[in-house]
Amino acid sequence: MATTSRKHAHPLRTLVIFALVIAGFYTIIAVSGVWMPKLGLDLRGGSTITLTASNSTGSGQVDAKSLELARTIIQQRVDGYGVGESEVTTSGDRQIVVSVPNVQKDDLVRLVGTTAQLYFRKVYNVAAATGSVAEPSATPSASAQPSASATASAEPSASASVSSPSPSASSTANKRPLPSLPTPVASPRPTTPGETKPLADLLTWTPSDRDNSDFETYLCGDTNFPDVTTEALITCDQDKAYKYLLGPALIPGNMVTRAIAAVPQNSVAYVVQLEFNNQGAADFQTVTAHLATQTSPQNQFGIVLDGQVISAPSVASNYTAGIAGGKAEISGSFTQKSAQDLANILSYGALPLSFDVSSVENVSAKLGADQLQAGIIAGVIGLALVLAYSILYYRALAVVVAASLVVAFGLTWALVVLLGTSMGFALNLPGIAGAIVAIGVTADSFIIYFERIRDEAREGRSLRTAIETGWQRSRSTILAADSVSLLSAVVLFIIAIGAVKGFAFTLGLTTLIDIAVVFFFTHPMLTLLGRTKFFGEGHRFSGFEAQHMGTTNPPLHNSRRTKGAAVVGGEA
Amino acid sequence: MTDQLTQTPEPAVKKASLTHRLYTGEMSYDFVAKRNRWYLISGVVLLIAILAIAFRGLSLGIEFKGGVEFQAPVQVTSSTVETVRQAVQDLRIPGNDDISVNTIGDGQVRVQTTALSSDEVTQVKGAIAGAIGLQPDDVAYSLIGASWGQQITTQAVIALVVFLVLVMLLIWIYFREFKMSIAAIVALLHDLVITVGVYALVGFTVTPATMIGVLTILGYSLYDTMVVFDRIRENTRELSNTRFTYSVAANSALNQVLVRSLNTTIIGVLPVAALLFTGWFILGTGPLKDLGLALFVGMIAGAYSSIFIATPLLAQMREADPDMVEHRERLARRAARATEKAAVRKPKAVTLVAGDATAPPVDPASLGLVPAKALDPTTRRQPSKQARSRRKK
Repeated sequence: MATTSRKHAHPLRTLVIFALVIAGFYTIIAVSGVWMPKLGLDLRGGSTITLTASNSTGSGQVDAKSLELARTIIQQRVDGYGVGESEVTTSGDRQIVVSVPNVQKDDLVRLVGTTAQLYFRKVYNVAAATGSVAEPSATPSASAQPSASATASAEPSASASVSSPSPSASSTANKRPLPSLPTPVASPRPTTPGETKPLADLLTWTPSDRDNSDFETYLCGDTNFPDVTTEALITCDQDKAYKYLLGPALIPGNMVTRAIAAVPQNSVAYVVQLEFNNQGAADFQTVTAHLATQTSPQNQFGIVLDGQVISAPSVASNYTAGIAGGKAEISGSFTQKSAQDLANILSYGALPLSFDVSSVENVSAKLGADQLQAGIIAGVIGLALVLAYSILYYRALAVVVAASLVVAFGLTWALVVLLGTSMGFALNLPGIAGAIVAIGVTADSFIIYFERIRDEAREGRSLRTAIETGWQRSRSTILAADSVSLLSAVVLFIIAIGAVKGFAFTLGLTTLIDIAVVFFFTHPMLTLLGRTKFFGEGHRFSGFEAQHMGTTNPPLHNSRRTKGAAVVGGEA
Repeated sequence: MTDQLTQTPEPAVKKASLTHRLYTGEMSYDFVAKRNRWYLISGVVLLIAILAIAFRGLSLGIEFKGGVEFQAPVQVTSSTVETVRQAVQDLRIPGNDDISVNTIGDGQVRVQTTALSSDEVTQVKGAIAGAIGLQPDDVAYSLIGASWGQQITTQAVIALVVFLVLVMLLIWIYFREFKMSIAAIVALLHDLVITVGVYALVGFTVTPATMIGVLTILGYSLYDTMVVFDRIRENTRELSNTRFTYSVAANSALNQVLVRSLNTTIIGVLPVAALLFTGWFILGTGPLKDLGLALFVGMIAGAYSSIFIATPLLAQMREADPDMVEHRERLARRAARATEKAAVRKPKAVTLVAGDATAPPVDPASLGLVPAKALDPTTRRQPSKQARSRRKK
């Protein structure tokens, strides 16, 4: 048990390496320039909406791919709402969580909670969106003019020159008409669908004068034109480059059974291939047959998602019999991404998912600030109590407790900040609670260690030896106890839904940090301190004082065994 | 076994601390032997808890029932509740004649209604804000769908079962002793029932945060149990070579870690108490308070159960094992022989058994205790009192 020269170098080296690791974390933070953890919405105000998906068909299972697709669509909708900094994540196997900071808009709930509406409508008129209130678009549309000559082919192999207007799905924030919102128009347009007419009647539909005049004056993004399936729709494409006058919905998006982005054989360009179900195939043939006879722009389909034109492919005039077989292909100046985006949107119509609003958490900025303050107060009180108790009980050894807690805090802070910037982890109130509870878990490890040192000293070991043997024996206890803590945190994290996930996360994180701190800071620190005269010789206030520890002899340096301590126990 | 703290008079040394006396076994309390008493106490507490749950029931939060809860900051006066209630009722929203309005502390007013549409939420927000002179945006609200509570409950039950199974496996793997798993799980369930019972008694609202708190207790309660069991394992590692029964070894382990257990519990409870305090008195409601109470009760119950339930139960189960039965028989034979011998020589020496849980059998040499040999005065060798240097002279 003699400390060899090799062991002398050890604790210091560990400390230095550990300090370097922490310094490394803070260097990354300094480089990124973000010093504060990302706060959850319950601490800074905002809305959190939890949606639960249910499968309207089949076994009721929600597969991860559909959920992710739905998440993408909802993200686009929220982005389109123009609130910025919003976040849409999936949680568990059927939840989608929408978090929007600093927003108190109640219609947001309706926006994200509504099932996406994807429809194929007929285009009646197209015009450049002049005088639009659109903000400068970062990605000027490189796509073809919407009225460009275009065809849709039934066979992917058919050599049809096809172009699709504005296939580029930009994520530019823009105001888009909300479904069934009251409009500020003097005599409001109907906001609820009327009677659905047969397809043949719909094809003969013509825009009213009012539709035409509204179209003339329509500015992209300025009004919320109601998106009603049986009525005309005036809206813009995603880039707000063009405005469209569209007829009533002809084919609903849920008739699309499949949509993929692909590069057909003998081709180099991306296309989007789509398939319809039986009813959809029949309708699609009828509609394409009609469109093929029309002139531009009335030979175009407007594919409308949530009242926004996603794509407006035209049907070539040679398809006078319509596109049969329920398979079609949209081609144009697609990139892989834009083709994929369009395919995703089209497949969304095929998603058998419906969403329920499970919970809406709306925290005002003031309540958020109060909660943050309370969390900080709780943390400070908790920390102070733990420190006070350890000073009372461990005297100067409390310095080690304090230093270890400070290191643990520093490490936790760094990791929470880094996880916030890299993974978007936001610290919420339950998360703070988890960190506070973890103060106890962390301090517990020190107690197990310190008490073990005392036990060893009681058995007559010198303090310096006791620090080493106490460590060897308490190490496994600390690991076992911490792993139980960790296990519960992991189970909770995987299974928890909503804000309490944050609790499990910080609890687990801080348990890991605790292990790191005990191994790489507290133990080497104590080894070093054990060599000092103050601690090593059991000074009155060192916490290793013989009387205080319960040994009857001072744990002198290397005084291997002293008579008194040994006998006391033996005579019991 | 007698029913009091046994303390043998010390030699003429300074009075050792309680910790020290507990550690050496000089002073020990026989937790294990009095297990029936602890079982009885726990049984009574559990009964109260179960009765409380059965008859008082848990007051479930809005998260479990579905509905909308509004919260707004306001300087509470005697008329606040009535003003707000009137304002909301004046909206005449169908199905909401019976809204609940109360104040939290003196700075918040809370309104609970049944499920509302988004338009109705906007209306109610406006009404509340109007009644107390705020902007509608200052009114926070949470809306819970009807199926949400069911989902949370299902998840919590899954978490509970998964955790229990994993912990059982973990303890089994770590300690290689399945009975330790059983004892730990029994103690855990004990803590859970008590915590839930306290919730029923106090009448705090059960929220998802409460459930998380309760699930966290699982981890924390086990933390204590792990510490005790670790020591028991250490003390019983070479049990067959000692004169101690499993119960005695387990009991001495308990006494040795008693102070440590108390310390870890106090240190663990202190931050939780801070949480509870802040949640209760500063915020008045919310996850801090809910987590705080569940953890507070659960941690104290956990410390109790690891000492008074888990260990006695473990000892009881282990003593029933064939190897332990055999070990006890061997000890009995040895004791009989010793008594015979002692009867021949000095009958006085037998008093040594009094302390029941004496020094731990671990590495007796390091303790300097010479435990087994100390029993037999004839074989005891006095260590040389003379230093080498002096002997040389």
